[in-house]
Amino acid sequence: MPALPAGISVTEIDIPHKVRPEKPRSRLFNLAKLSLALLVAWLVLPLLPLALWSFSRSWYFPDLLPSDYSWRAWEYALSSTSGVPQAILRTILIAVATTILSVIVGVPAGRALGLYQFRGKALIEVLVLAPMVIPGIAVALGLHVVFLKLGLAGSLIGVMIVHLIPTLPYMILVMAGVFANYNPAAESQARSLGASALKAFYYITLPAILPGILIGSIFVFLVSWSQYILTLLIGGGRVITLPLLLFNFATSGRNDITGAIGMIYILPGIVLLLFAARYLSGRNMSAGNLGQI
Amino acid sequence: MSERWKITLLLFPALFIIGGLFLGGLVFGLAGSLGYMPLIGLTDWSLDAYHRILSSDSFYLSFVVTFYIAFTSTLISGCLALGAALMLRQTFAGRSVINFLFQINLSVPHLVGAVGILYLFSQSGVFARLAFEFNMISKPADFPAMIYDPLSIGIILQYVWKEVPFIGLILLANLQTIGTNYEAVARTLGASHWQTFRYVLLPLLLPGLLSASMIVFAFTFGAYEIPALLGQNYPTALPVLAYQAFTNVNLGSRPEAMAMAMIIALMSGLMIIGYARLARRYIRD
Repeated sequence: MPALPAGISVTEIDIPHKVRPEKPRSRLFNLAKLSLALLVAWLVLPLLPLALWSFSRSWYFPDLLPSDYSWRAWEYALSSTSGVPQAILRTILIAVATTILSVIVGVPAGRALGLYQFRGKALIEVLVLAPMVIPGIAVALGLHVVFLKLGLAGSLIGVMIVHLIPTLPYMILVMAGVFANYNPAAESQARSLGASALKAFYYITLPAILPGILIGSIFVFLVSWSQYILTLLIGGGRVITLPLLLFNFATSGRNDITGAIGMIYILPGIVLLLFAARYLSGRNMSAGNLGQI
Repeated sequence: MSERWKITLLLFPALFIIGGLFLGGLVFGLAGSLGYMPLIGLTDWSLDAYHRILSSDSFYLSFVVTFYIAFTSTLISGCLALGAALMLRQTFAGRSVINFLFQINLSVPHLVGAVGILYLFSQSGVFARLAFEFNMISKPADFPAMIYDPLSIGIILQYVWKEVPFIGLILLANLQTIGTNYEAVARTLGASHWQTFRYVLLPLLLPGLLSASMIVFAFTFGAYEIPALLGQNYPTALPVLAYQAFTNVNLGSRPEAMAMAMIIALMSGLMIIGYARLARRYIRD
């Protein structure tokens, strides 16, 4: 805020009423409030039929609600014949492996980008940002041939590796933000007092950056969890994750089972969001990044 | 160890992965689109694939449909997000609940939203049933087609559903940084509510709004699973067309698939350049 003495904001200056009488919060405000409520209802609305379908036994047109309820879809979805439990484990395994890899690779890169100024930094930042924006299909068609040659196509490891493309940028950007507000002086003080590099990292650096690593990991986990086209192309239909099953059931018209799988599929995201809410207020820029899942 | 070495070492693994996988994928895709795919016996460089897609109706129609979907979704999401962010900044009873609900679908994958839209808007969906209940239709087929439809309404609804909170939260973060002082000054100088918004707040928010919109445009232009689930068969969205060409039993159509992938990459690349320019100007200000 230029031209104002420090510590005084304009809002604190007493404005005489004659200058501009404050209108009472008008009908317009109520109208806006109503539209906001409608918008928020709309944001939750698509999840409701999924939940209802998962508990329905029969729900034919034109019934507004199911005529009969049952646990049938859930029993089927949770039985091993449906392939869903295996797919859940596989999806978790891929997401966890991707998260660990992205921590190992992303934390050092975030440190470089957050702590130092150097030539070519802007270019590297664009390079880091690009995989978040360039759609997976544009990259995966070219990679497919290479992965075939390396024997990675159709394998779990191949899918884990390719998931690094959309996830790694999230980890790097979160960590760059963390390191931008980090003072490395404490590390050198610890070193000068005789701590080894490893000890200095464990006792000084790690506690300071751990919340950032946690937030970055949540992003990475969820972005990997929601990948569809990369898994389909590189997994070649042999690595069946939860979204692939969900898509198949949705196109085969089994609405009840689709509903149950859909409910299972959104669970980690909502749990992690509740957990992350402690760190991310609604105003935090990085929360918005989740939108690209 | 000099600082430059340190930076190089810290960045090397990440750049190796992004360079190898991301740039590598793009380079191999480009080579493939130019007819060079030794693995399936194609070794002659040529522009044939581009000639073929640029002379086919289905490509043009797909491009137009995809552009229309991306542009419309981005525009609607941007406007709604702006309104929502301005409202969410106000204080009112129940704001924290609304705030939480506003964020909840950020963590819900696009695919789940697409299935939800399908169950809401298909001709036997919830809204068709409601229409029947109020005697507006007599059979499912009377309900206007919003899924697998030429106007891609279902796809656009899904994108708007997902992207309004995304853009909205970025705008809220910007509003937080901007504070209320500029507006207060404008008001004390006699500006009306509308003038304050139009000439003070909107110009301040515009860089954030535009850069968020570019991310959304790039995403909606290249997403596969939503148009694959909710879109019509012909003309289909470009990523779906590219996937179909790629998985065609005739391996000869793979260069065309890659040429389409390159065109998708080009469109989103343009968005990144725009984003980077805006970001730089924003930081400089």
